[in-house]
Amino acid sequence: MAEELHRLGLHDLHVARGGKIVPFAGYEMPVQYAPGVMKEHLHTRSAAGLFDVSHMGQVILRPRGTYEATALAFEAMMPVDVLGVAVGRQRYGLFTNETGGILDDLMFANRGNHLFVVVNAACKAQDIAHLQAHLAVTTEVIPVTDRALLALQGPLAEAVLARLVPGVVAMRFMDSLVLSWQGSELWISRSGYTGEDGFEISIPNAQAETFATALLEQPEVMLIGLGARDSLRLEAGLCLYGHDIDKTTSPVEAGLTWAIQKARREGGARAGGFPGEDRIMYELANGPDRKRVGLRPEGRAPMREGTALFAPDATPLGSVTSGGFGPSIEAPIAMGYVAAAFAALGAALMGDVRGKHLPVAVTELPFQPTTYKR
Amino acid sequence: MKYTEDHEWLRIEGDLIVVGITEHAATQLGDVVFVELPEVETMVAAGDEVVVIESVKAASDISAPVDGEIVAVNDALVDTPALVNEDPTGAAWFFKIKVDDLSVLDQFMDEDEYNDLIG
Repeated sequence: MAEELHRLGLHDLHVARGGKIVPFAGYEMPVQYAPGVMKEHLHTRSAAGLFDVSHMGQVILRPRGTYEATALAFEAMMPVDVLGVAVGRQRYGLFTNETGGILDDLMFANRGNHLFVVVNAACKAQDIAHLQAHLAVTTEVIPVTDRALLALQGPLAEAVLARLVPGVVAMRFMDSLVLSWQGSELWISRSGYTGEDGFEISIPNAQAETFATALLEQPEVMLIGLGARDSLRLEAGLCLYGHDIDKTTSPVEAGLTWAIQKARREGGARAGGFPGEDRIMYELANGPDRKRVGLRPEGRAPMREGTALFAPDATPLGSVTSGGFGPSIEAPIAMGYVAAAFAALGAALMGDVRGKHLPVAVTELPFQPTTYKR
Repeated sequence: MKYTEDHEWLRIEGDLIVVGITEHAATQLGDVVFVELPEVETMVAAGDEVVVIESVKAASDISAPVDGEIVAVNDALVDTPALVNEDPTGAAWFFKIKVDDLSVLDQFMDEDEYNDLIG
């Protein structure tokens, strides 16, 4: 297991700016900087936070034949409408397995004559192999290894980024554009994983440090570590692969049915035809046995991942898959899976914290309202 | 002031020992969001986990440094856990423990020794 950790292209910048480095998904990653998780989190919600997410996998799917053939082959890997994504638009996707579980979640964009895909760091190698296995005939699967990926998130992200790249002002949520900055090509999408308006920017490694430094010179921008990235996405009710979703959880159980467009459902133009179709179609029609829910512990004690959840009569119901303290909510928050009969909003459950059963209520997700610019 | 290897500070107050965590420990923990204190009048043995501290990042414990009786706890920390980061060696004491013999403190580090430990 003592595999060597990869280093981010901007490693020296993180260290020079006080980043505390920890191993994560095979990378040495900054978990926080001097201000700490709480201040970094709140700064992202009130101004703009810069995240280095270069550990994530960037992949180009270049059609050998038509774009449509590639889109259809890609579509066969997930219960998502790929063909219907317009040029310059991005969509959330999920690779499913034969039993309807989730192999990874991802973002993909239609870039006219090809697709651009971003996958999770921990799943990157298996995702690329999975793509190659399914798309070989129609598509060249090209891992992008010479680019950094930065996320600029928060209410002032647009104003800040527009000083460097004016074209971003015209973008709306989930647009994906190629723009230029000082002669280098930026692949920009208006998206992120914090619940805030913001952008994800793919930039050649050679220019990444200059670009990141230029952003950090803007007074509104603070560098943000993985710690705050996690609390921000939890408040936004977003799933973290390997925790809130995995090979055993279906998209329906996970409450990700919004990611399954009409075209792929019963009666749709291209209904079914994805791995795990039987279970996913069944659960769409009949409801799943268990559901991912938002959870608000009544007391101040956080209920962290693994906390067992019970009905008031002590019947086991499931467990917490992500939990902690929400700096913007100013209270502990969590997500987890419970038996469907106990998943209604307001359901009063108990969570086992250090041997004590403490009250926790099923709550609406997200905890923090999203501010996407639609 | 004395210090433990678990980054607690120990201060004598009359016949009691006041226990808190060091500035170094508070910084390492990060923003504290939850504190659970022991009941007063609890008899504890050295090494017993008596306080739970949760930061945004993770949960950790504070152990009783010596055998004795918990005679007071700092309830202000329950309402304002952030005191642990703001004033770890002052307002954010955790509990006071009554011991038979204050010489038990001799085994712990003084300030210079503790500063060597944290480098």
